[in-house]
Amino acid sequence: MGIVKNFLLRMHNQTIAELSAGLKAGEYSSLELTERFLSRIRQYGEQLNCFVTVSEERAFADADAADLARSKGQAGPLTGIPLAHKDIFCTKGIKTSCGSKMLDNFVAPYDATVVNRCRTAGMVLLGKLNMDELAMGSSNETSWYGPVKNPWDADSVPGGSSGGSAAAVAARLSPAATGTDTGGSIRQPASFCGITGLKPTYGRVSRYGMIAFASSLDQGGPMTRTAEDAALLLQVMAGFDEKDSTSVDRPVPDYRAALDAPLDGLKVGIPEEFFEHGLNPEIAARIESAIDEYRRLGARIHSISLPNMHLSVPAYYVVAPAECSANLSRYDGVRFGYRCEEPKDLADLYTRSRGEGFGAEVKRRILIGTYALSAGYYDAYYLKAQKVRHRISDDFKKAFEQVDVLVGPTAPSAAFGLGEKTGDPIAMYLSDIFTIGANLAGVPAISIPAGFVDNKPVGMQLIGDYFAEERLLNWAHRYQQATDWHTRMPQGFE
Amino acid sequence: MSLSDAEVRKIAWLARIEIKEDAIAAYGRDLSGILDLIEQMNAADTSAVTPMAHPLAQAQRLRPDVVTEENQRDLFQSLAPQVESRLYLVPKVIE
Repeated sequence: MGIVKNFLLRMHNQTIAELSAGLKAGEYSSLELTERFLSRIRQYGEQLNCFVTVSEERAFADADAADLARSKGQAGPLTGIPLAHKDIFCTKGIKTSCGSKMLDNFVAPYDATVVNRCRTAGMVLLGKLNMDELAMGSSNETSWYGPVKNPWDADSVPGGSSGGSAAAVAARLSPAATGTDTGGSIRQPASFCGITGLKPTYGRVSRYGMIAFASSLDQGGPMTRTAEDAALLLQVMAGFDEKDSTSVDRPVPDYRAALDAPLDGLKVGIPEEFFEHGLNPEIAARIESAIDEYRRLGARIHSISLPNMHLSVPAYYVVAPAECSANLSRYDGVRFGYRCEEPKDLADLYTRSRGEGFGAEVKRRILIGTYALSAGYYDAYYLKAQKVRHRISDDFKKAFEQVDVLVGPTAPSAAFGLGEKTGDPIAMYLSDIFTIGANLAGVPAISIPAGFVDNKPVGMQLIGDYFAEERLLNWAHRYQQATDWHTRMPQGFE
Repeated sequence: MSLSDAEVRKIAWLARIEIKEDAIAAYGRDLSGILDLIEQMNAADTSAVTPMAHPLAQAQRLRPDVVTEENQRDLFQSLAPQVESRLYLVPKVIE
């Protein structure tokens, strides 16, 4: 039976859970597995443009080490499983570009905590994934390395900023990837590419070595094809880290153990505001059908309100740029990163290194952030945004007093066309309308595949209370046991 | 809210980012558009609300005042654009 199953489910289409079992049973070695994924990357990587760096030598070394550990009886659940990191995580000795010309020459001198934990768990590093420049974007079109293509439609965006991560997992070039989410950058590309992406509670995953965009919003998380796989990867990523002063010292539960709990009595809240703002009727119908599935699984559906939701995008586009303007001031051409040619004085060094090293969207956000924090405008913009943030956060707290989970579409549309929104920054920003609230409040949220509209994937978002990742994964897993959207493969990548 | 060219130049200087003259107007339009988006916040009554800087209600964690880092100057300086005698080189600052 094992041999027949292996023949039918080609290796690259297996989940982490299945690969882990396969490795344990000796059906194949980590070396064979790694070579399979590397050969798929050689075959499809360029057309999708999802990798900035493929680390073949390192991958083989990791695979050898994993096989050796297994032979000594020292293998854990993720030993020998290939993984790729969004190029925002510092990987020691390996180029870490953050999708930017500013860091094109940057070889990280240390490992991010997330990278370190995955390595210690025995995972095999395939490479670094393309992304919107410095994590700013919703389509993976701002990258210095060019746009990533959506595996479901080569003329469409994969979403952003973790577009490379989503595309790589969807096309089965890696069984899993890490991403980061500041305004929706894990969830929206997961939705556009038909995969599972989780943004943990703020503070759950260490930000040490994760290149900073907006420090009070950024959070790293797993991007996989199933909730079960997300649970396995989150298990490794999550946990207190002394090196991150915003890391929360709270025990990490066994995420896999909680996956199969039944959903009877689950109280699902549908925020009425998610279904108002001129939501595409086909998307609405898809999500309503997905919600019906929860009814069948025993959940009770309630209508709730997040009255300040319409303020999320405005508040975010003050807070995030303000924090980014501070975080990006370190890129000055002095100690590392891009430096302009023949600077004539210090001012020229700074202004030209930054003017030439950053792309237009990054510059726009630094400028808006600088303005919002400048004398005379701080109260009107930044302080105001922080108060609005408080109201949005309170809306979630009140909602979770009435229900267990909030459900709605992840994005207002399926993947849009390459070049469609690049000329209109505001239109681009509005594609994060459903995801931004969870970042402002700091609550966890997951996007899972819920069907297709116009042959393109549509994601359903589940938002939970603080540190409810265990329950979110359980609710997502139960939906995936009753449906098969998450098993679909894009054409041309078989 | 519309930003003048002069305001764009001023913000660009504060941010130490060079914007060429022929791009000033375009940046002005983009930034003004973002400000229009942001100003939707003004309709909200926030008089009774305190600012929220952060999702976590926790104070800055402190640690013992003990050196824990090791000196990795050579490694770090291998990344620098210009280094001499273990110093980072920049254009002359003193007038």
